[in-house]
Amino acid sequence: MEPNSVAADSSRSAPAVTPNYDDGIVKMFFTATVIWGIVGMLVGVIIALQLAWWPANLNLPWTSFGRLRPLHTNAVIFAFAGNVCFTGIYHSMQRLLKTRMFNDTLSRIHFWGWQLIIVSAAVSLPMGLTQGKEYAELIWPIDVAVTLIWVAFAINFFGTIAIRKVQHLYVAIWFYMSFVLTIAVLHIVNSLAIPATLLRSYPIYAGLTDGLVQWWYGHNAVGFFLTTPFLGLMYYYLPRAAERPVFSYRLSIIHFWALVFLYIWAGPHHLLYSALPDWAQTLGMVFSVILIAPSWGGMLNGLLTLKGAWDRVRTDPILKMMVVAVSFYGMSTFEGPMMSIRAVNGLAHYTNWVIGHVHSGALGWVGMMSFGMLYWLAPRLFNRPLAYPKWVSHHFWLATIGIVIYTVAMWAAGLMEGLQWRAINDAGQLVNPIFLDITARLQPFMLLRLLGGGMYLVGAIMMGINFWQTVNGPERPEEADALPQAA
Amino acid sequence: MANMNSEHDGEPQGTAYGRFHRRVLERRAAIMAIATTLAISVGGLVEIIPMSPASMGPEQPAMVSPYSPLEVAGRDMYLREGCYTCHSQMVRPMRAEILRYGEWSRAFEYTYDRPFQLGSRRLGPDLHRVGGKYPDAWHYEHMRDPRSTSPGSIMPAYPWMIDHKIDPADIRASVVALSKVGHAYDDTSLEGVTASLEAQGAGIVANLATAGVSAEWDDEIVAMIAYMQRLGVDGRAVFEAEGTGR
Repeated sequence: MEPNSVAADSSRSAPAVTPNYDDGIVKMFFTATVIWGIVGMLVGVIIALQLAWWPANLNLPWTSFGRLRPLHTNAVIFAFAGNVCFTGIYHSMQRLLKTRMFNDTLSRIHFWGWQLIIVSAAVSLPMGLTQGKEYAELIWPIDVAVTLIWVAFAINFFGTIAIRKVQHLYVAIWFYMSFVLTIAVLHIVNSLAIPATLLRSYPIYAGLTDGLVQWWYGHNAVGFFLTTPFLGLMYYYLPRAAERPVFSYRLSIIHFWALVFLYIWAGPHHLLYSALPDWAQTLGMVFSVILIAPSWGGMLNGLLTLKGAWDRVRTDPILKMMVVAVSFYGMSTFEGPMMSIRAVNGLAHYTNWVIGHVHSGALGWVGMMSFGMLYWLAPRLFNRPLAYPKWVSHHFWLATIGIVIYTVAMWAAGLMEGLQWRAINDAGQLVNPIFLDITARLQPFMLLRLLGGGMYLVGAIMMGINFWQTVNGPERPEEADALPQAA
Repeated sequence: MANMNSEHDGEPQGTAYGRFHRRVLERRAAIMAIATTLAISVGGLVEIIPMSPASMGPEQPAMVSPYSPLEVAGRDMYLREGCYTCHSQMVRPMRAEILRYGEWSRAFEYTYDRPFQLGSRRLGPDLHRVGGKYPDAWHYEHMRDPRSTSPGSIMPAYPWMIDHKIDPADIRASVVALSKVGHAYDDTSLEGVTASLEAQGAGIVANLATAGVSAEWDDEIVAMIAYMQRLGVDGRAVFEAEGTGR
């Protein structure tokens, strides 16, 4: 049977999943997402505890903060968010293009290859095997594996586009495409290095050039790993969950092209007040500020898609999660440009404010969008009703309040640090000459951050239990299937 | 029920770019992919190409010298322990920073920093001017138990640096790799590297002995101290020669 005719026949009370689509791979990525999400967030809570109470470093090499912090960032970005993207892309692109994935073997190579990379990262980082560049810590053999697996994914992705049964590429596909292409470019250019041994290498760039390349990579990992694919997911799952069409097609064109063009310039805002040439710092700052426009274009297109569905936002926790996600996207894409202004950056840089900013984007935008998508997908993918529907609402509130506690604590801590580091008295001397005095005053904020992060983790664990019980629960009776899923 | 494709399958859009987008980019995936790649390439090319070594000034390497083999070993340890997750190596050109840490960091000082270690966070103080600030024995005690030298510190202890030994053959591999990217070393043979490690390590061991601390040249902590004591030293020499800085 042609996929087109299956899709067109929406009156049929068939299972939500069209048999022709490969949903096995979606289930695999779904499962990996939930597991790595909980692991990555747990490591985050552990290192938050270490900052509030140093004995939690345990005096052991493989549990000390400096080794676990890269494990946390790599786990939540590449293991959790990565698997979220793959779950959503494999599920939605088959439906948007009305075809099965190009090659099932490539899909499995992608899945198992990626999970193997995550496991090798989880082993190597606590062992202290690292390249010492933030979010690009993995040693060169793993970098090579990432490249190969990414190529397998890209062939599968573009192959699926090539065999599509629809003429036009929907906006979500544009965003996925920018993800696939840009991450390849960023990863390869930033990882170029001379191997010294099997476990160690040195970058071909040195000093500030290395810094510029790294932050071009680092900033755009945020842009093209945590923003554009998630905007793609928003463009598919938000209209699905809200049962409304996307607000504006024209806005999606403008903000897509503006975003992918402008984002790449903003990296040097991580190096303000360094000895990087002024022109490069200024470019980074100016483009960061301009970036507000396309970012808010995406936010508005998301929020306005809910026009006429706001009554459902009050009752549907999945929509609530998506609304909070898009709102946090808007908030952090306003905060980021503000922090890129030199004078503000002079205060904020090197403080907890930056950590708060990152987490409002990561917990608020990436996390909440992911949870919303996963809860929307679970009953459809596994063809079973959610085991504990009320827990979705509990998860929503735990996560939302957790994020607020976390970010407010980090704002306060960051402002305090920034102001106390720079305070000079009338005699021209430092008001706080002893650095540790300021660190000691961070303690209450570190405890609050632990509380907020802990609440967020508890919510994620509740989600995991909910899905476990759902998958092991009874299948949905066919006649009760009233799921709206036309494509 | 929303049909996502309805918007796309409907009437042609009213604007010229909308029609172009719809008729060309959304139908020809290859053109869309090429256009996207071009769009994301411009910014990186404009910013990164002028920063290539050739355009960064050839006179700079003369002002600093590469890290010694022992310092390379210490620097690798600095990466291994993720010190950059809490410490920066970038003194900003601000009054309070210069008062707290010393002269602000210049580009030439990072000539041999692979990878760069500017850091993004100061849970602990900046380290770019820490070289020569404390005696060797202070660093030894600080790594063994940070609270012993710095009451109230939240830094983890690194007792294994005292127990573990460095491996000259392993460090030689690093020195050889670094010499391939232009770091000049007189002797990259195993004998030469080992001799250099031993000679510099012996100096630190002697310093430690005067403070009543016993160590051996191939203890990891000795390499770590060597790296700490090197930080910012070349830059300071240049500032003093030029009469700049404080």
